[in-house]
Amino acid sequence: MDAKKLTRTALVLAPLALLVAGCGGGERSGDGTGLSGMVSIDGSSTVFPISEAMAEEFQIANPGVRVIVGISGTGGGFKKFCAGETDISDASRPIKQSEMDLCAENGIEAIEIPVAWDGLTVVRNPANDWATCMTVDELARLWQPGSTIQRWNQIRPDWPDEEIVLYGPDTDSGTFDYFTAAVVGEEDASRDDYTASADDNVLVVGVEGDAGSLGYFGFAYYEESSDRLGLVAVDNGNGCVAPSRETIENGTYAPLSRPIFIYVKPDALARPEVRAFVEFYLNNATVLVPEVGYVPLAAERYEEILDW
Amino acid sequence: MSGERFRPARDRRRRVGAIFRMVCLVSIGFSMLVLAILLVDVARDGLHWLSWDFLARYPSRIPERAGIKSAILGSLWMMGLTAAISFPLGVGAAIYLEEYAPRNWLTRLLQTNIGNLAGVPSIVYGILGLAIFVRFFGFGRSLLAGAATLALLVLPVVIVASQEALKAVPSSLREASYGLGATKWQTIRHHVLPMALPGILTGMILSLSRAIGETAPLIMIGALTFIAFSPTSPMDPFTVLPIQIFNWTSKPQAEFHDLAAGAIIVLLVVLLVMNTGAILLRNKFQKRF
Repeated sequence: MDAKKLTRTALVLAPLALLVAGCGGGERSGDGTGLSGMVSIDGSSTVFPISEAMAEEFQIANPGVRVIVGISGTGGGFKKFCAGETDISDASRPIKQSEMDLCAENGIEAIEIPVAWDGLTVVRNPANDWATCMTVDELARLWQPGSTIQRWNQIRPDWPDEEIVLYGPDTDSGTFDYFTAAVVGEEDASRDDYTASADDNVLVVGVEGDAGSLGYFGFAYYEESSDRLGLVAVDNGNGCVAPSRETIENGTYAPLSRPIFIYVKPDALARPEVRAFVEFYLNNATVLVPEVGYVPLAAERYEEILDW
Repeated sequence: MSGERFRPARDRRRRVGAIFRMVCLVSIGFSMLVLAILLVDVARDGLHWLSWDFLARYPSRIPERAGIKSAILGSLWMMGLTAAISFPLGVGAAIYLEEYAPRNWLTRLLQTNIGNLAGVPSIVYGILGLAIFVRFFGFGRSLLAGAATLALLVLPVVIVASQEALKAVPSSLREASYGLGATKWQTIRHHVLPMALPGILTGMILSLSRAIGETAPLIMIGALTFIAFSPTSPMDPFTVLPIQIFNWTSKPQAEFHDLAAGAIIVLLVVLLVMNTGAILLRNKFQKRF
C-alpha cells in the first residue's frame, strides 16, 4: 500500500520539480521603455568587467531586455560571433584577417567600436626589489620563443642568480596576442614554458606566491591587487614609464597601452534592443569604464562614434 | 610435539591491534579535520553575506548589490530537467536489463560499458553535449542542452542503482504474481517496481546531488557568466550555482571571494536537503524481507 502510494508520488515528482523551477518566471514584462528581446555578448575576459557593468546598468534601465555576457577569450569570442551565436564580441585586440574570413564565410560583418584603453601590466613579486624597470628588448629576450633565460642574472648580470618563474595569459587571450606582437615583435610568438591561464586571478595568485616570478595581464587586475604585487616599469628607449591611468591615456606608457573593443554585427544593430544597448554603452562609458578599472577614451570620441 | 611452536605473544598482538585502531582513528580524524577546516573557513568568510536579499538579488559588479537569484533558479531548473530526462531513461534501461534482457554476452558487454561510463570524467560529457545537444540538435546554449548533458552524466549511476534495487526484490514475489496469472508487465508495474522504488529514488537523488555541483561540463557547453534575469523556459540561457561561485572566485576583489563563500554555503544547504530527502524516502518506504 505504501509502495503504491510511492509510485504515484514518483510520477508527480519530476513534473513538480519543473513547476517549482518555473516559479522564477513572470517578470519579463512591465518595463518602462517597452524594449524587449535579448542581447548576447561573449569574448575577452579583459573587456568582460566593462560589458558586465554595462549589462547590469542597462537591464536596470530596461527591465524588458535580457543581456547575457560570457567569457571565452577574444579568439573564442570571435569563433562564436562568426558562427552567428552572439550579437556582440568583446575583444582586447583588433579582429584578425583569419577571423574576418571566417565571419565572411558565414555572411557576418563586424563593426569595430573602441570602448576603452587598457595598459598591459608587467608584474613581479613584491620581494623582488631589483626588476623595477625593464627595457622592451629585455622583455623580448625573456619571452621570445626558445628563450633560454631561466635566471634573473641572465637578463642583467648584476641581478641575483635566482630562478625566473613566468606567468601569462593563455593563447586564446587577446592579451597574449597583443603582448607578443608589441614586445616580441611577432604575434603569438612566445616561449611556452610558462604557466598559462585564462583566469587573471590565477596569475595574480601565482606571482604573489613565487619570489622569483614575473607575469603580465591587464591593468585593471593589477589595480585591484596592487598591494600584493610589484610593478615593472617599461623602458621603450625614453626612460622608465610605469603604467597608470595618466600614462595609459596619454600614450607615454608604450608599447603596452592598447585600445580594447566591442564588435557588433550590423544585422544585430538593426534590432532596437541591441541598438539601444550599444548607445547605452557609449553614453555611459565615461562613467562606468573608470569605475571598473579602465581608462576611458576622450569623451568626444564616444560622441563621434555615436554620431556615426 | 613441539608446544614451543605456538607462542601466545598476547602483548605483541594486542599492541598491533591497538596500533591498527590508532591508524584508523587518525584516518577518520584527518578527513574530519580537513572538512571542518573547510567548513569553518567558508562559514567565516561567507556567513555574514547570507541574507534573504542575497538569495533574491541578481549578480552585480558591486558586492553589496550582488545576489544569487539567477544561479539558484538556474540550478533548480537544471535539476528538474535533468531528473525529468534521466529518470525515465535510467529506470527504463534498468528494467530492461534486469527483467527482460536475456543473459548473454551482449548484455554482459552492455553492463560492463555502463559501469565504465560511470567513471568517465565529466568534462568528456561536456564535449559530447556541446557537439550533440548544442550544435547537432540545435538546442543552443540553453537549459535544455545543459540538462541533457547532465542527464547523460548521471545515467550510468541511475541505471546501476535502479538495477541493484530491482535485484533486491525477491523472485518469490514475481513467481507469486505469475502464479496468479499476472502478465510480465502487470508483475513489474504492480509489484516489482513499487517494491524497488525507494532504492531507485535514493539512487536518483544521490546522482542529482552530484549533478548539482557539476561545473566543467556546463562551462564546456557554454553556461554564461553574467545572467541577471530568471529563466522562464528550457530554451533560455542560464547560469548555475557552481558557475557563479567559480566566477566570483576569479574576480580580483576580496569581497567577491566572500560572496563565493556565501554561495558555497547555500549550495551545501541545498545538497544537505537533497540528501536528507533521500534518507527520509528510503526509511519511510523501505520494506525488509
